[in-house]
This record gives sequence, structure tokens and C-alpha cells, in this order.
Amino acid sequence: MKEKIADLEEKARRLRVAIVKTLHKSQSGHTGGSLSAIDMVCALYFHKMRHNPQDPSWEGRDRFVLSKGHAAPALYVTLAECGYFPSEDLMMLRRLGSHLQGHPDSKGTPGVDVCTGSLGQGLSMANGMALGFKLDGKDNRVYAVLGDGELQEGQIWEAAMAAGHYKSDNLCALIDSNGLQIDGDVSKVMNVASIGDKFKAFGWNVIEIDGHDMGQIISALDQAEAHKGAPTAIVAKTVKGKGVHLFENKASYHGVTPNDEELPEALRCLGCCD
Amino acid sequence: MIATRDAYGEALAELGGENDKIVALDADLSGSTKTGVFAKKFPNRFFNMGIAEANMVGTAAGLASVGKIPFLSTFAIFAAGRGWEQIRQSLAYPKANVKVVATHGGVTVGEDGGSHQSVEDIAIMRAIPNMTVIVPADGEETKGAIRAVAAYKGPVYVRLGRNKVANVFPAGHKFEIGKGNVVVEGKDLTFITTGLMTAQAVIAAEKLKEEGISARVLHLGTIKPLDKELVLKAAQETGAIVTAEEHSVVGGLGGAVAEFLGEECPTLMKRVGIYDRFGLSGKSDELLKYFGLNAETLIEQAREIVSRKK
Repeated sequence: MKEKIADLEEKARRLRVAIVKTLHKSQSGHTGGSLSAIDMVCALYFHKMRHNPQDPSWEGRDRFVLSKGHAAPALYVTLAECGYFPSEDLMMLRRLGSHLQGHPDSKGTPGVDVCTGSLGQGLSMANGMALGFKLDGKDNRVYAVLGDGELQEGQIWEAAMAAGHYKSDNLCALIDSNGLQIDGDVSKVMNVASIGDKFKAFGWNVIEIDGHDMGQIISALDQAEAHKGAPTAIVAKTVKGKGVHLFENKASYHGVTPNDEELPEALRCLGCCD
Repeated sequence: MIATRDAYGEALAELGGENDKIVALDADLSGSTKTGVFAKKFPNRFFNMGIAEANMVGTAAGLASVGKIPFLSTFAIFAAGRGWEQIRQSLAYPKANVKVVATHGGVTVGEDGGSHQSVEDIAIMRAIPNMTVIVPADGEETKGAIRAVAAYKGPVYVRLGRNKVANVFPAGHKFEIGKGNVVVEGKDLTFITTGLMTAQAVIAAEKLKEEGISARVLHLGTIKPLDKELVLKAAQETGAIVTAEEHSVVGGLGGAVAEFLGEECPTLMKRVGIYDRFGLSGKSDELLKYFGLNAETLIEQAREIVSRKK
């Protein structure tokens, strides 16, 4: 297990490097929220989810919904690392003609099942998938990554109510609670605390973790799968911009990319000598 | 005479027996939208989402993503209005195979008043890329349309009404998405109509015949994609167009026809519809008369436009 965790941590480090390089190249995109979510996305794709990069539409696959679609770079570097498409494609992020749109687009990117980016809509889609699998008696699981600022959207709570009502225990929401949004602290812009209590009130199983502790992430994902009769919300305390001190805990890095001056230091922080 | 929503309930329940991928969702209005008929027959495949339309649209997108063919229903004002951005992002953008079947379109909602009368849904649905917009004239066409949209892969908006409407089409009418129907032949002008206004146009055409005016009635059950061939033919052959819809004249059928003909074949035109205002409470037939959504208005407009041709 220790070895597994170390492997995933190393994988996550490499994915962070890819995020930084991709965003430096594109000079457009969301750095902070990609770096805060990447450990969870990494654990899902390289540990928890059943999926097949050689056959992206394989029926037996678990589903992933990046409800906080602006963290698309985190998803794209992971999909590339899995082999869904060549890593070179990352250098075309947000460019005209690229399949890597600013926010995830299922029409063009292998491994992306739904279009997200307009906040608040992903959890509804994830629950629709979960209901569909239940209806067919299938054991596919559905994972959705949400932002904490995103929880200000009313539709999230409509979806939370519905998933609780339908006891969608094949659904797991991971809340990337980095505490920051575009205009500043989530608690000051529009306080969403206590996130765990809110999901509990809608009938969810709630697990609170450190969203950068790979051991805790894996354990929470296992607990979520084992929990029957209710969907699980993993409320993960994270650091926006995690891994690069230049970007950490800075709301200003929500939608800002590393510039030429910052790139060497960012890569050095991530243990990258390239 | 049957309400299009009743025809929908019947058709959906029938289709449900033929294809187990069909599921239905409703937002606490299943008795009114008639998805309740399906729900009774296939309780496992019916999802009541409560009074939460945004989530209903997203849930339908998720169901479609795992291979289901979701039909979601509520009143037009809530489907197209409350759910607009979800329909845009979660359905139309990814081309999700979801059918939004909205009942209680237009002013014939009646007593509930302007808050519940959708007079702009055709326009706002039509503006979304990838969307198909269908407004059947009667029960038979509705049954055909529901069958056709179930077989079509992609997002569709179908607008139905609350009240019983006169039959325009015979039993077993085949509906083809994007194809209009010349219901009455004529050469002096063409009524291009949709929804319940088609039956009114047929009445108007009969009365105009007595005055020596030969009016064609072209019913467009599909507003998007527009049947450009039949619209162009009507413009070229009759030289005068009167559109009619139970909807705002802004952006609906009249808007679609005017946009197309303005570029392709500028033609004398009149639009019958609601002139940029909200509805109000009253009995359905009173409201239709109040807003001039009847054969009498069509006859007046026909006389005027034919006189302008000379």
C-alpha cells in the first residue's frame, strides 16, 4: 500500500508539471483550481476507476464528471498520461482547431463524457448517469469533482437533494474545497460552510479529508464504494495552486497562467529539472 | 378533438412498451403533462425530480450519456425558461439525446395568467445551436412527432398545448422532422402556421374562398430546421405570406420565416401572433380572441395583404 501511495504521489507530481507546462504554453486557463484538484483526479484515474484508454466508450467504465470544468487542464493532462490522446495535444490547449476546448467538451476529446464548465451542472449529470446504471442493474460507479465556490449554485443543491432522495450509492462527489474563488475567499464572497453538514442534511454519507494526502484520498474512495444506501460526498480540504508556492492560496491565480519568469521556479518547486 | 398533451401521454406510453431505453422525467406536473400515463405503466423508468427543473435537465443529460432516451416534461415556461441554460449547456452543446417535451405553451394556459404563459419559448429554443424545435398542430401530428423524435438522435424541443384542439391531420399521420405540410392549396397568398393556428388557417382559407381569395395553408410542424423549400415555393408562387403562431411575433415562426425570406426572396409579409407583450388571465378562448389568434384575424390580414399585392 505504501508503495502504491508513493507511486500515485509521483504520478501526481508529474501531472502537476504537465499542468504548469500546458498552461504556460496556452497562456490562458485556470492554474489554481487545476493544481488543487489534481491529487484526487490522479487517484481516480490511476487507482480507483475502471476505464480503458484504448476503448474510451467501453460500457463497463466508471464515469468521471469534472463539474468544476475550468480545472480542465487537470483532466486533460491525466487523460493524456493515461493514453487517451497524445501528450502533444496538450500544447494546443484552447487553440482554434484543438479538441482541447477551454472547458471539457465530450464532442471532441476522447475520455470526456459530458460537457461541463458552466458551474453547478455536473452533479445533476452525474446523478443521471448513476440512475441510469441502477436502472440497468449495472455496477458502474460515477465520480464528480466539484469546486467549493461552485456550491453557491442552487442547482448543486437540487442535485444533492435528488441523489439523496434516490439513494444513489453508486455516486461519489469530491468537493475540492480550496477556499478561494475569483473574487476572493469563498467564506467572504458567499459562505458555503459547513459543506459536510449540508450534504449530510440531504442524506449523503460524508467523509472529510485532506485533499492532498494520497492515503486519505484512497481510503475515502474505498469507503465511498463500500457505503450502501446513500451517495457519498468527500469534502477535501485543499490548497489552491498546491505544489507551487508562487500560486498557493492566491485567488489571483484562479484564471492566470504561469509566465516566462515564473515557469522555471514553478518547475523547480515540482522537482522538475527540465 | 384531443389536446396535444394527451396525445403525448398516449404516444410516450406506447413507445415505452417498444423501447426500454425510453425514460421519462417530470417536475411535479406529471398529471398535467401526461407523463403520468408512462409513469403508471413503467414506474421504474419514471423519475419525478420534484420542483427543480434545472436539475431535471442535467439528470436527463446524464441518463442520455449512459444510453437512455430521456423525455423530460413540464410546462413550457419552466422547461424553456427556468431550464434554458441547462438545455443549452447540458443538452444542446454536447448534442445529448434528450427530448424536452413542454406542455402548456402559449396563452391557452388560460386562468393561471401571464406568469405561466410562455410566449417566447420557441424563440429562445430556436436560438440554440443543435436544437430542433417542433410545434404540432393536433393530436395525430403529436403522436407522429413523438415517434419521430424518439427515433432521432439529438436534442429536441417539442411544444404542446393544454386544450383540446381541432384535428388537422388524419389518424396515422406520418411526421417527418423538418418537413412542412401544405394542408390547403392556394395561389393568392399563403398562411404559414404552426400549432393550434393551423386549424384556424384552414377555417380562414375556406371563408376566403367565398370571397374569391385563394389561400394556401402551409403548416410547419417543425420550426427548426425550417422547411426552406416549401416556404420559398409559397413565397414565389403566392407572393404574399401571413404567418400565425400562439407565440410572440419576435423570434418564433414569423421571425424564422421573415429571416429566411428577407434574404432569399423578399415577399409581402404579415405576422399574426402576440405583439411583444405578456399574457394575462382569462379563459383560453377569450384569450385567443383578445390576442387576435383566430380565423377572423387571419381573414383580415389576408384581405389586406392581397390588396397590397395589386
